[in-house]
Amino acid sequence: MALRTLVEAINDALRCEMAADERVILLGEDIGRAGGVFRVTEGLQALYGPQRVVDTPLAESGIVGMALGMAIADLRPVAEMQFMAFLYPAFDQIINHVGRMRNRSRGRFTCPLVIRVPYGGGIHPPEHHSESGEAILAHTPGIKVVIPATPYDAKGLLISAIRDPDPVMFLEPERMYRAVRQEVPDGLYTVPIGQAHVVQEGSDVTVIGWGSMMREVNQAADLMRGEGISVESIDLRTISPLDVATLIASVEKTGRAVVVHEAPRTCGLGAEIVAQINEKALLSLHAPVERVTGFDTVFPLPQLEKYYLPTTERVVEAIRRVLAF
Amino acid sequence: MFFERYNPLKQEMVCILAPDGSCNEALRPVLDDQQVRQIYRQMWLLRIYDRKAVSLQRQGRFGTYAQMEGQEACMVASTLPLQPQDWMATSYRETGAMWMHGVPLKLLSLYWMGNEFGSQMPADVRVLPLSIPVGTHPLHAVGLAYAGKYRQDGSMAVTYFGDGATSEGDVHEAMNMAGVYQLPCIFICQNNQYAISVPRRLQTAAPTIAQKALAYGFPGILVDGNDIFAVYAVMREAVERARCGHGASLIEAYTYRMGAHTTADDPTKYRDDAELQEWRGRDPLLRVQRYLQQHGQWSETWEQQILEECTAEVEQAMTEAAAVPPPPPQDMFRYMYATMTPPLIEQEAMLLASLHRKGEGHGTAHAR
Repeated sequence: MALRTLVEAINDALRCEMAADERVILLGEDIGRAGGVFRVTEGLQALYGPQRVVDTPLAESGIVGMALGMAIADLRPVAEMQFMAFLYPAFDQIINHVGRMRNRSRGRFTCPLVIRVPYGGGIHPPEHHSESGEAILAHTPGIKVVIPATPYDAKGLLISAIRDPDPVMFLEPERMYRAVRQEVPDGLYTVPIGQAHVVQEGSDVTVIGWGSMMREVNQAADLMRGEGISVESIDLRTISPLDVATLIASVEKTGRAVVVHEAPRTCGLGAEIVAQINEKALLSLHAPVERVTGFDTVFPLPQLEKYYLPTTERVVEAIRRVLAF
Repeated sequence: MFFERYNPLKQEMVCILAPDGSCNEALRPVLDDQQVRQIYRQMWLLRIYDRKAVSLQRQGRFGTYAQMEGQEACMVASTLPLQPQDWMATSYRETGAMWMHGVPLKLLSLYWMGNEFGSQMPADVRVLPLSIPVGTHPLHAVGLAYAGKYRQDGSMAVTYFGDGATSEGDVHEAMNMAGVYQLPCIFICQNNQYAISVPRRLQTAAPTIAQKALAYGFPGILVDGNDIFAVYAVMREAVERARCGHGASLIEAYTYRMGAHTTADDPTKYRDDAELQEWRGRDPLLRVQRYLQQHGQWSETWEQQILEECTAEVEQAMTEAAAVPPPPPQDMFRYMYATMTPPLIEQEAMLLASLHRKGEGHGTAHAR
């Protein structure tokens, strides 16, 4: 056991899996000697060499398309994108090929690959470095989408993702990379893909979040607890496939729900979650489900960032509204 | 030898077998008469397949089909130097190359009839399902070639695409990466002069496509794509280069799409008949026929015999494909992931319940 940040936990997961399976190959921009723009792969090229920690040309579509070929040939590529907005050139490969290959070959060819993508705002970067495009990915058939919020989950989920027989998008919240340290076991362990985590049990209202927003969700839950309100907070951890059963069980218990995401509001994953609750737990509801989200605007430059990102206060306000309904 | 001697920047093209059947003996690769007769038969089979496919599409028994008539020489001759362990990633016009590398005609037909099982390649056949998004699949060949080099298992990857695809960014990225990592990867551009309706000169201002390889740090060569000897000789050299660890090659096969882009296209809107007739004079199939005639290897009886055999083979494959019953709707869900996810289990049940209410019984759900 050691106290690790999210970055260190992910690095440790990669190190462990590379030691355990020589089919695991990392590829991406600046991931070799530089250790990646966020230093997630630091030290791995020195350990495993440039054939397994591959510095690529600046070509995101190329990285993903090449990873697909490697996966078909039974390697286990783990590709790194530098930022979510730079994943977009690779969408042709992801949507048209990665997500389809198993299906269109009726199982003859599969894509056991992982694409790691730093996402989200809060680190005051230049333009195009703060996107939260997870809903686009969740809308894409044939891939899984995993978003850890804690160092422990990040390591266990990434090991699961590398071992998964299907393609996994692994979204890493940029502003959580070094925000907290947590006890993370040294060896190999897994956290299952497709299972949400009830962070804190409660009885009055369910608050659902994932990735970077779990900090606001947990802070809001703590504040409400001080007022005698029992919040059940849920970290989805995987947004595709969605663990609907856990959400519904919680809402049936609390009768109220708030969904929090920093991605734009319209057609965000919150919309799907509200629809699932309406379909499966409508009669348990005491209030309409609230969404606390980013806006249908371009993600602002740093000076306006604090107005875009959902805050603990906005989450608390939403909780109060559903309680007062 | 060819890659060194023919400079794509000077638009030098490898030509060995002339349209009149005469042959540059000094350059002719070592293929005995029996092998040439076999190539001729394979080319005929593809042409018959292609024409039958168009005919079946007109009858509503094939879906939209991409024709390959006129490009048989490249597809047959370029695959001959490959080994079973070599990977192939093609576009939609390379049905012939896929067949040559081991995909049964029945499967190819099944695909064009609209059944995904047509892309479920046999276990020992290393051909990816054909790729429709133009220019996206050469990257897959790069990844496959990387795996071969990493494992040092002696495999390589070959990828086919058209002149239009060379304008796509992914083709640039693929060739660039193959160059950087010095991969055993062969890029075959079948320059058939048109991307649907847009002529080759509007894809690039470069005089040749082959010369683009030079900028990626590996050799490129322009070859008469309707000339089986030239294509075979050049491909064999590219394969040797890849096997010896000398890296990637680009082959521009200069050819012509005699048919339409697909059965949904009308080429008379953008092509002159005179141009088509000129290319008919360079027909790759007739060229081999003339060569065989001049070498005493052709007779009308034999021609009749192989036409009948090929027709029977094609018809049998198409008949067998047509006899495959349509898959059950459950199959849409079953192959999305190794294990069906809860949302898919739910959605499959919704569809089956709806079909059941309509009186359509399709059995039980896969997940149950």
